[in-house]
Amino acid sequence: MADPMRIRAVARDGAVNVKVLVAHEMETGQRKDASGKLVPPHFISNVRATYQGKVVLSAQWGPAVAKNPFLEFTFKGGRKGDKIVVTWEDSKGESRTDESTIN
Amino acid sequence: MNRRSIKLKVVVALAGLAVVCAAHAQKKEAAAPSKKAAASATRDAVTTEFEKFRELMEDASPAELFEARGEALWKAKRGPKNASLEQCDLGLGPGVLKGAYVQMPRYFADADRVMDAERRIVHCMVTLQGFKAEDLAKQPFSSESRTPDPVLLVTYVAGQSRGMKIAIPQKHAKEREIFGIGREIYNFRAGPWDFSCASCHGEDGKRIRTQELPNFTSKEQAIRAFQGWPGYRMTGGLMHTLQWRLNDCFRQQRFPEPGYVSETLTALLTYVGANANGHVYKGPGIKR
Repeated sequence: MADPMRIRAVARDGAVNVKVLVAHEMETGQRKDASGKLVPPHFISNVRATYQGKVVLSAQWGPAVAKNPFLEFTFKGGRKGDKIVVTWEDSKGESRTDESTIN
Repeated sequence: MNRRSIKLKVVVALAGLAVVCAAHAQKKEAAAPSKKAAASATRDAVTTEFEKFRELMEDASPAELFEARGEALWKAKRGPKNASLEQCDLGLGPGVLKGAYVQMPRYFADADRVMDAERRIVHCMVTLQGFKAEDLAKQPFSSESRTPDPVLLVTYVAGQSRGMKIAIPQKHAKEREIFGIGREIYNFRAGPWDFSCASCHGEDGKRIRTQELPNFTSKEQAIRAFQGWPGYRMTGGLMHTLQWRLNDCFRQQRFPEPGYVSETLTALLTYVGANANGHVYKGPGIKR
């Protein structure tokens, strides 16, 4: 199973700043291994962040996003002590969901 | 033609292909001062830009992902003896991690020798968990397919000293002895290029390609040997420790590569590390 994400969320001036570190290979499908064979693509295709059941961020990613990607975003209206939930799905259909309490 | 000028010619010929220390590059550039000025302006811009990027990434470094994996590994019961590393003594008592990393290399009475962080952790894996040192030394460095256990463990332990001052002890006679040995190795010129560590890291303002090289003999710059290590390298996205960094320095000097967690590396880390005493360590970092 995939490693957990590191999520930090801080409420400031009526908005919540969220920083997410994702552990993922993000293979483009363009690279070749030592024996010259193409390394099959394996990348995160969808990212979703929800706050109290409402989607606050939804993104479609492609192979151009870096390995172990870092995502930072801000949304309005979040409160300290509540939870933010982040989910990703990748091109192989694997997924992972983690949550963090807003500070 | 004397030996030195022959060597200079060979190095200049290789400049396009190989990594060349600025000790030689400077001689070449002396003939074209305007070119040199232009090169240094570009270098500063590149370095400044990367510094900005590093600052941005510092509170969200992918190194943290490796720290988390290392923590799970530290606490897990593993190896032939089915034990965790929680009883591992890193110099401040069994299981005490806070501040341990910034106080190694240090003398360990149970092993009767000075050990650096990675060497000590490997020692614990062998004595507490029953792993074989030979097995751990087989593939000690990170590759595309694998991050070795000691790398994850060192990254976790290093993270427990974030924001603390480097305080490598020099009280025990063996600690002072190995500091002296480290200084000897640092200045020892050998190999096909007649290099020593000091050839590149012995005076200010040297570089390899665009990478500025710290002068570790200076108190102000010695911290740069520890800062950012263990480091997540953007190139390839691999996590590396100081064992790898020093090994690669040996390789670049065309030296025989040192054994994994060998006495030689402990000596070098003691010498450079103790020079950096008093500086604040920022934890596992990010490298180009």
